[in-house]
Amino acid sequence: MSALTLASLRAAGQNSPEPVERALAAAQAVAPLNALISLDAEGARRCTAATDAPLSGVPFVHKDLFCTRGLRTTCGSKMLADFVPPYDATIVERLAKAGAVTIGKANMDEFAMGSSNENSAFGPVCNPWDTTRVPGGSSGGSAALVAANVVAFATGSDTGGSVRQPAAFCGITGFKPTYGRVSRYGMVAYASSLDQAGVLARSAADCAEVLQVMAGHDPRDATSVERPVDDYRAALELGVRGLRIGVARPLFGAGVRDAMQATVHAALRELEAAGAVLVDVDLPSLPLSIPAYYVIAPAEASSNLSRYDGVRYGHRAENAKGLRDLYGRSRAEGFGTEVKRRILTGTYVLSSGYYDAYYRRAQQVRRLIADDFARAFAGVDLIAGPTTPDVAFRLGEKTADPLAMYAADINTVAVNLAGLPAISLPAGFIDGLPAGLQLIGRAFDEARLFAAGHALQSRSDWHLQLAPGAVR
Amino acid sequence: MAIETAQLHHLAHLARLDLPVAEEQRLAQDLNALLGLVAQLQDAAVDALTPMAHPHDVAASLRPDRVDEIDRSSELERIAPLMQGGLFLVPKVIE
Amino acid sequence: MSAWQPVIGLEIHVQLQTCSKLFSGASTAYGAEPNTQTSFVDAALPGTLPVPNAEAIRMAARFGLAVGAEVAAESIFARKNYFYPDSPKGYQISQYEQPIVSGGSVLARLDDGREIRVQLTRAHLEEDAGKSLHDAFHAASGIDLNRAGTPLIEVVSEPVLHSSAEAVAYMKAVHRLVRWLGICDGNLQEGSFRCDANVSVHQPGTPLGTRCEIKNVNSFRFVEKAIDYEIERQIRALENGERIVQETRLYDAAANKTRTMRSKEDAEDYRYFPDPDLPPIRISPAEFEALRAALPELPDARRARYLDALGLTPYDADKLTEDRAISDYFEAVLASTPGQPKLVANWINGELAAALNEAQADIGASRIGAADLAGLLARIVDGSISGKIAKDVFAAMWAREGSADAIIDARGLRQISDSGAIGSMLDALLAQFPEQVAKYRAGDAKLFQFLVGQAMKATRGQANPAQVNALLRERLDASR
Repeated sequence: MSALTLASLRAAGQNSPEPVERALAAAQAVAPLNALISLDAEGARRCTAATDAPLSGVPFVHKDLFCTRGLRTTCGSKMLADFVPPYDATIVERLAKAGAVTIGKANMDEFAMGSSNENSAFGPVCNPWDTTRVPGGSSGGSAALVAANVVAFATGSDTGGSVRQPAAFCGITGFKPTYGRVSRYGMVAYASSLDQAGVLARSAADCAEVLQVMAGHDPRDATSVERPVDDYRAALELGVRGLRIGVARPLFGAGVRDAMQATVHAALRELEAAGAVLVDVDLPSLPLSIPAYYVIAPAEASSNLSRYDGVRYGHRAENAKGLRDLYGRSRAEGFGTEVKRRILTGTYVLSSGYYDAYYRRAQQVRRLIADDFARAFAGVDLIAGPTTPDVAFRLGEKTADPLAMYAADINTVAVNLAGLPAISLPAGFIDGLPAGLQLIGRAFDEARLFAAGHALQSRSDWHLQLAPGAVR
Repeated sequence: MAIETAQLHHLAHLARLDLPVAEEQRLAQDLNALLGLVAQLQDAAVDALTPMAHPHDVAASLRPDRVDEIDRSSELERIAPLMQGGLFLVPKVIE
Repeated sequence: MSAWQPVIGLEIHVQLQTCSKLFSGASTAYGAEPNTQTSFVDAALPGTLPVPNAEAIRMAARFGLAVGAEVAAESIFARKNYFYPDSPKGYQISQYEQPIVSGGSVLARLDDGREIRVQLTRAHLEEDAGKSLHDAFHAASGIDLNRAGTPLIEVVSEPVLHSSAEAVAYMKAVHRLVRWLGICDGNLQEGSFRCDANVSVHQPGTPLGTRCEIKNVNSFRFVEKAIDYEIERQIRALENGERIVQETRLYDAAANKTRTMRSKEDAEDYRYFPDPDLPPIRISPAEFEALRAALPELPDARRARYLDALGLTPYDADKLTEDRAISDYFEAVLASTPGQPKLVANWINGELAAALNEAQADIGASRIGAADLAGLLARIVDGSISGKIAKDVFAAMWAREGSADAIIDARGLRQISDSGAIGSMLDALLAQFPEQVAKYRAGDAKLFQFLVGQAMKATRGQANPAQVNALLRERLDASR
């Protein structure tokens, strides 16, 4: 069987094994990847959607930070290992209403903090291209399940690259919408001013179909914008003729492996051949995005994660001697190392005497970076570069050195700081491992990203290559 | 501005995280390494820039003053570690 | 030794009377079963988000306009981070760097008539905490989050108050204003209106002393007592050569003293930062215009008008501007009783106030509406009944016997103002009491009153007393 897409699912029609049963079986078959935290066969079989719904009967997985009523939502954390939400996230509601069938919840870095999926309390996930390598993170389980051909799409969340980077590492398409385009209600928060729900799928076309369902104003999220959603399916056919694509030099910077540079340039030449105009642009402050991100994200996280105190839900320490003990131990037992690191960092940068030097300063640098993008977009429609400096690294390779792990986020975090939409597209292979091309758009210009992604995928088949570990 | 053990303890207290003694040194090291990384922020020419707290320059969307919630106490009780008589229980707080 | 001067600033927590909470659609009604008004947002379930209540923002803005403050076109919600079981998110959503209201002032009037204008520092919007119940269980505290998320404004005064009397007068002025504006029910017992007091003492001309904060005092009397106690405690300590330690203290009403709750050393570092879930709150020029237009005439302006234009006494003007509903009642009665402000004021502050007090009802529950009272007063003004009879009619109205006119007619109480009728009645009377008439004419002046009394008796009180007086005197004196 070839790569699963929404079109192939529909084309298979009545004679194919029922898509949900096939997905459940496939999920069992790739169990060693450890990509799922919860499989919900029963719930999936119970689903009966109207046949005219846009994603009717299409099996998929949610990253395990979208609250699903009656289905545990762990966030990859011991803290929420037994947490069964009494409500559905807005996008969970919307996808269900569109007929899509949740078969389970995907593994992830704990509270979405990580770039390798090695920070999950439920164990690491393996990359279907090479099971000794990481799938990327934090949406590692989502990416692995799409790459392994278990589902045609998965939801993810992207705070600093958590959709795009695993998509790149797993050879699939990952879409991060503009901040405010998709509701965050019911998506467990990591860093609220950066978090945005996204989609991982085979193709830009499939991402477009799924985002069409997810996007739109939600009165339950004050940061969700009241602005009509473009017709993404129509956008696919716009093509790239005359489109100005800015090749951002800093995205091809010192840390980016030569082979990655060459591979991404080659993919960009395909877009050029399709009629796009490539021009050089600069993003001079890009190097500052890592320090700004690693102040802002932990600051927000330290506050967002204060609610996990063992009182109303989640892990509660046994035999607490007093309130202070209940808090201190519930949180120490419930959170993993990376989460603690970020909570302590965030607490520090917000604390009295350090706020101005760190937090406020980082917010000023954030504006500098947003201004960089605004300047660049005055002359181009899209900005391009590699999604990651290198291909997927080996499991355990960077766990001892958090800073090395953080540094590898250099090409993705600026997009979140500026709140822009971006897509990661399969762009070829380096030593048999997938490489990703990232395209960044203006705020709320998702349509153009879909147009460019579809144009590339109409003249290449990198996105249709199946990983060795994929279900065929 | 290296973080010493005493300051780590203070941060751990503010964050209500009991740190195992065995982890302290490692955490202090990691935090100091990160502070080294973010030290670059100090050199950026940003004094004149307004701090950016939100990605877009938009106002919050508001809700009308309407009661549209129902009694959720039984659902809260189902997920609560310890609840009695409709109250969440915590070790006795002395004021 | 020179005198100590107390320096006091108040932080008043005013619960806004919205139907739903500041950031969720849960009800704010008081007294529900525990946690039955705790939405998933209020319980801080993972993934939930706050969405601001538009009405709470309007109420805060209304307060700002009423105190002549600067109301921010853009205000920012910030997170105040601290762990406590009644704060389910681990932070309270409040305002820090850009509050919705800055500056302004409130005029307070002391019992001795002295007026002070109290400058405000700011008033910011924030969410209330839940309640911890410490006595219900042996080894545990119970947490009820029904109150968590109830909107309030914290009104912060400058440290410009110098006695407990000034503090209470100021607190009462704010209390009157927020009820007047319809933004708070003012119920102190239920905690809708609470106060923290910052108290220090110093000798004038020297720097301000170290202050202590007295938390959560919920009655005017306790504020007065707590401040008095604290002033005395600080002065005693200073005179004994001790230092005042900056700390938070609790007032124990039973013992009438304040005691240490926590010292500055264990004070939390709140790590305020702009709430990333909440973009700025903006008020457009058009919204400002609408808010200004909807602002009622304020109590101070109304009081001044009652004194200057209506000529009411300070007592009446104070009484009639204590409460908006009473004041509006007065306005309504006056509108139907033109030119008689004093009469209307007397009746509202007299008979009506007494009846309401007796029934322990407020004006909203009055058995006699403004139109009904105006109906009664009209009969006094047109001379149909005397003031004395009017009191009986009022009592009958209170007993729901009907309108003033219906009662007057049913009981035949209409005053006799026909001088012919009164004259013939008096002629008959004089014939009946020749002895008394003779004595009067012989110089016993007090018999005049006896004859008036007989005349009133003969007409069951319905004769117009002024006419009776005039006509009687005419008869007695003319035929002398």
